[in-house]
Amino acid sequence: MATTAQTSVKTAVPKRRLSERKRDNLFAYLFISPFFIIFGIFGLYPILFTIYLSFFKWDALNPMKYIGLQNYQFVLEDSIFWTSFSNTLLISVMGTIPQLILALLIAIFLNSAFTKFKQAFRVLFFMPNITSIVAVALVFSAIYSNNGMGNWLLDIFGLDAVAWNSGWWGVKIAIATMIMWRWTGYNMVIYLSGLQSIPADLYEAARIDGAGRFQQMIHITLPLLKPFIIFTVMMSTIGSLQLFTEPYVFLGQSGTSSLRSEGITMVNYLYSEAFSNSFFGTAAATAVILLVFTIMFSMINMWASNKLGGDTEG
Amino acid sequence: MKAKIGDQPSSFTTIFYYLFLGIGAIISVFPFYWMFVIASNERGAASHIPPIITIGNQFINNFNRALEKTEFWTAFGNSLFVSTLVTASVVIFCSLAGYAFAKYNFKYKNFLFFFVLGTLFVPQQLSVLPTYVIMAKLQWIDTYKALIVPAMVNAFGIFWMRQYISSSVHSELLEAGKIDGAGHFRIFRTIVLPIITPSIATLGIFTYLNTWNDFFWPLVVLKDKSHYTIQIALQQLFTTRDGLDFGMIMSATFMATLPLLIVFLLFSRWFIAGLTSGAVKS
Repeated sequence: MATTAQTSVKTAVPKRRLSERKRDNLFAYLFISPFFIIFGIFGLYPILFTIYLSFFKWDALNPMKYIGLQNYQFVLEDSIFWTSFSNTLLISVMGTIPQLILALLIAIFLNSAFTKFKQAFRVLFFMPNITSIVAVALVFSAIYSNNGMGNWLLDIFGLDAVAWNSGWWGVKIAIATMIMWRWTGYNMVIYLSGLQSIPADLYEAARIDGAGRFQQMIHITLPLLKPFIIFTVMMSTIGSLQLFTEPYVFLGQSGTSSLRSEGITMVNYLYSEAFSNSFFGTAAATAVILLVFTIMFSMINMWASNKLGGDTEG
Repeated sequence: MKAKIGDQPSSFTTIFYYLFLGIGAIISVFPFYWMFVIASNERGAASHIPPIITIGNQFINNFNRALEKTEFWTAFGNSLFVSTLVTASVVIFCSLAGYAFAKYNFKYKNFLFFFVLGTLFVPQQLSVLPTYVIMAKLQWIDTYKALIVPAMVNAFGIFWMRQYISSSVHSELLEAGKIDGAGHFRIFRTIVLPIITPSIATLGIFTYLNTWNDFFWPLVVLKDKSHYTIQIALQQLFTTRDGLDFGMIMSATFMATLPLLIVFLLFSRWFIAGLTSGAVKS
């Protein structure tokens, strides 16, 4: 309907105005063109080429050779790939779920009217997010070194020392804590802005109706915070599927050890296929599989959060 | 301050809240402090039991060892150069594109905007191989062009500038400029730009931090030591095999993090405010 109205307006304006409109259009296209040029060359074309490349055998030097689905078959039958898959998943779950719950708690505490120093707390909690992942991995490597602070703390609580940089769980816990440290504040700030957008009179009304603190939380805070929670869950999911730098740096003291089975992630696998082994075809297939997983997990997220939201609202 | 929400809590709850927030804040800040503690003590300080938690006087010595192992200042300068150029270009192109999406009416506008948004969800790793091949064809491997050109404009920046411009720049102002006979660039420069300075600052800081901290793509394209960015140089320190000299590593890490910390603490208000208004609302 809107379009028909628009076209009728368009035909009604005199010819001189039309050319001015065209000039406006031209400038608009000029302003947005840099993005489409850059994205076309370094985004869209490479993505299409990756999909194309995944059906070929190629080492970046010799001519490409079509081999059908063999790259996919190779990757999907490679046990290292599945190790990298389960590692990525485990580390993501360990690093993300406690992190988001913690971020939500901090945001709720900070948002309560009686908490002083709100600004200062916000800045302090956000600080870890500005450090580079390399710096985070290095500092935590020091904390998790064999006689480092991590094991000292365990010792205080009467627990046995953990081999943080070689144990199956140790490596995963170490990497998950790095993710948690760097991102909790970020997500907290987003939740906090969500909480601040909830009008105070809603709580007022609920209180008059006799709703307690907990009931207010379940019936007002969480449902209204839903878009913010979906956003952070989506971003965390996409981000953790692309996990690369933490294990690469943390396990990388001796060159190739970021490929050790305790900590290898899907992108670590992709990186080594391409840039250590020069198997560009299998690396491309891995990238496509990664995209499929990303879409799948995003859809599961959307579905789950809609379902959960429906329950709390009903 | 906002009106009180809910009942006045008991003093027990208050103490619990502050304790929780206090411990959280300490955990957030401690690694920064500890970075400097390790950087300023003897080289073996990281594995001292019980842990050393006071600042020592060995920082210069530690940092000098880092300077011997790596071209720290070269890498620092490289990062400065790349981050500055990327930031300048992102700010210009994203605000122009955001302006077009916010205030112009053109064919396929909505479709193109959704396309821009869609690109946010594509993992970078998906395009890394062909981009590498393109860089090789252009002979841009091991040059800064490979770092700068693909990063010159990005979807997040466009989205974010559009949101800000459509809510803060009134169309009547632009109309008035048009009636006065100002051209498109002139209107942008004299009317739009002054209004959107805060959001430009936020986008600028955000881009600068991200570029400074980027690791994956520089790792792929940079080969020669003298071209390394600061993050690669730091990571290289960690891979040297003659024992782990955490004093040296932490001194370099501290020096690489300090500028960011200063910038963040100076502009934290803009930064966090920008983050929250831009990140959500999608």
